[in-house]
Amino acid sequence: MTDAVADETEVAPGETLFGVREMELDFGPQHPSTHGVLRLKLKIDGERVLDCYPIIGYLHRGTEKLFELHPFFQNVPHTDRMDYVAAATNNLAYVGAVEKLTGIVVPPRADYIRTLLCELQRISSHLLWLATHAIDIGAMTPFFYCFREREQVLDLFEEYCGARLTLNCMRPGGQPFDLPVGWVDDCRAFCETFPSKVDEYEGLLTNNRIWKQRTVGIGVLDPDRALEYGISGPMLRGSGVDWDLRKARPYAAYAEVDFEVPLGKNGDTYDRYLVRVAEMRQSAKIILQCLDQLPDGPIMAKKPRVLKAPKDSEVYYSIEGPKGEIGFYIVGDGTTNPYRCHVRAPSFITLQVLPELCKNHLLADLVALIGTTDIVLGEVDR
Amino acid sequence: MPGFLEPIREALGETLFFYGFSPLLKIGFVMFLFALPIITWMVLAERKILGFIQFRPGPNRVGPWGLLQPVADVAKLLVKEDVIPREAIKWAYIMAPGLVVVPMFVLFSVIPFGPPGEGDSLSFFITDLNVGALFIVATATLGVYGIIISGWASNSKFSLMGGLRSAAQMVSYEVPQALSIVGALMLAGSLSLVDIVEAQRSAHLWYVFPQILGFFVFFVSGIAEANRNPFDLPEAESELVAGFHTEYTGMRFAFFFLAEYGNMIIISAVGTTLFFGGWLRPFPNFEALAFLDGGWLPFGLAFIVPMIWFSLKVFFFLFVYIWFRGTFPRYRFDQLMALGWKWLLPMALINIFVTGLVKLLLL
Repeated sequence: MTDAVADETEVAPGETLFGVREMELDFGPQHPSTHGVLRLKLKIDGERVLDCYPIIGYLHRGTEKLFELHPFFQNVPHTDRMDYVAAATNNLAYVGAVEKLTGIVVPPRADYIRTLLCELQRISSHLLWLATHAIDIGAMTPFFYCFREREQVLDLFEEYCGARLTLNCMRPGGQPFDLPVGWVDDCRAFCETFPSKVDEYEGLLTNNRIWKQRTVGIGVLDPDRALEYGISGPMLRGSGVDWDLRKARPYAAYAEVDFEVPLGKNGDTYDRYLVRVAEMRQSAKIILQCLDQLPDGPIMAKKPRVLKAPKDSEVYYSIEGPKGEIGFYIVGDGTTNPYRCHVRAPSFITLQVLPELCKNHLLADLVALIGTTDIVLGEVDR
Repeated sequence: MPGFLEPIREALGETLFFYGFSPLLKIGFVMFLFALPIITWMVLAERKILGFIQFRPGPNRVGPWGLLQPVADVAKLLVKEDVIPREAIKWAYIMAPGLVVVPMFVLFSVIPFGPPGEGDSLSFFITDLNVGALFIVATATLGVYGIIISGWASNSKFSLMGGLRSAAQMVSYEVPQALSIVGALMLAGSLSLVDIVEAQRSAHLWYVFPQILGFFVFFVSGIAEANRNPFDLPEAESELVAGFHTEYTGMRFAFFFLAEYGNMIIISAVGTTLFFGGWLRPFPNFEALAFLDGGWLPFGLAFIVPMIWFSLKVFFFLFVYIWFRGTFPRYRFDQLMALGWKWLLPMALINIFVTGLVKLLLL
């Protein structure tokens, strides 16, 4: 039977991706748990996922091309719209690359403000991840708990730059605004209460039998395999690889603060959950230290009015975003615009491992695995 | 019998009153004053309680405290466009919601809301079937046909998977559920739900105490039967969009919704009857608590007190259902099956065995 059917399916190539013996399921792009517009072609046998083929591009906006059309200053808003739940870290990766390209040195106060914003962003991004991950696995309440705190983080952003999601809060050379009056106190108040809120999420999930049954041993990612795929961020640290750009190649003010890099052991969904939750606590710790050490001084470096890249220059600059290493590769040709700008998007790289992770898991695990990879389709498609 | 019925009784005569008017009155009462309002306002209660658990107000726009929200919801569902997918198997697609909702309403016929009438007064149930418990187990199973048919007839892959999950789940959980009530039936020595409650009165205790294992199995498999969190796999939103009713709109969708909440009420009511003394007040033989029977109420209102006790117990279970939904993640399909067959079924069997042994040796 197998041969005959296989032959039959080869007669009509292109009609279905995998042939017709098993059920083929189009998972997305309008599916509640694909975190945007991810489309997965699944080959399923009952509930078991035999094969998975991600189809991306539904949110492609040609961002990398758009970078070439605008001067360095005007490109920051494009970065907001890539990973739209972590705009500040995208901003920093881009302005960092431009500063490295043009040789601008940022004043220390601006570095501290950037660190603050990035860590707040990490908290808000991880909160959104935890909220959606939990609701994918069927736990409804953590979603609202997480959004309650995320709202406070977004309020802090709003107070700082007027925007809540697409922050556009950094410029090549420094920060556009100083911290508003009272912001430091608000931020401190939030960070002091935040760990107890994390306890609440953990109380609902960490020792919950069902949560453990659903996540322990699901989607085990071998550390070597993770490195081969080029995975970074919490996905990699969940597998036990100690690699964090904030420690390995400190940027902004990270060299001057004390924090730990939480690591997982088994590389399964549960460990990645623990790593991300621990990272939120560490972020709050970093923010409190930054607030204590916040130096005075200018927030913008002296820089030419029109920023031009040196001729035939190229630069790669990357930082540790909430989802992994986000990097910008910029080629300058002596004009005010980048000649080429390529983005190393962590979500895009993490998504590659999804088919391998979900093989031979059940459909419900697939949903958990989409959650654990923490992808944002705006960044995957760009 | 409440006095206001006397003139009707005199006008109709004994036979017509007891065999024509009073069953219709009771069916109307159960359907339109008990089942439907509780189901519709339960949706509101669920949203309010979940809101309370999750730090949000819940519906609060329509009427005071959002009390008219169900009315608005029903009106919305009634006027919604009724879409039948082009590829659907039309007759089955139309039939399925009815198949789900009818068994649920039929089940209300044997639920004893109050004591049987003495002499010529009315009883607080539509009928006291002498195989009531068996009837419930059998009729509750019928609902699964509607779900499978809806999943198949929608001609959508997500619906189909929801239907299949539901079939597997309901069949697996029927077995421990049916076995879990056997212990209580053995203690009471009857299949009639009214007799079981009376047996609890004469035994001086609710059966939940000797039958704690049986009640546990019954309640857990009841949650699975009603497709509620953490066993809400057939309609797991994050996996199957909306499971078997993905393609349904308007009133047809509302039927599935109605059936889910109706089944919750049924299971709570059966649990109350079998394990928590049905309409009896707490400590029914304890004379000092006799005021709980409401003999002091004016206008002969005492007749409604058993119903209030019954409803309170049912509402408690419904609250627990909602509480679970606010707390637990969802099981995976294979874990659900393992739980049903490897844990609940042996527990139910052990319960029967121990109950039988105790009854044989001690009683």
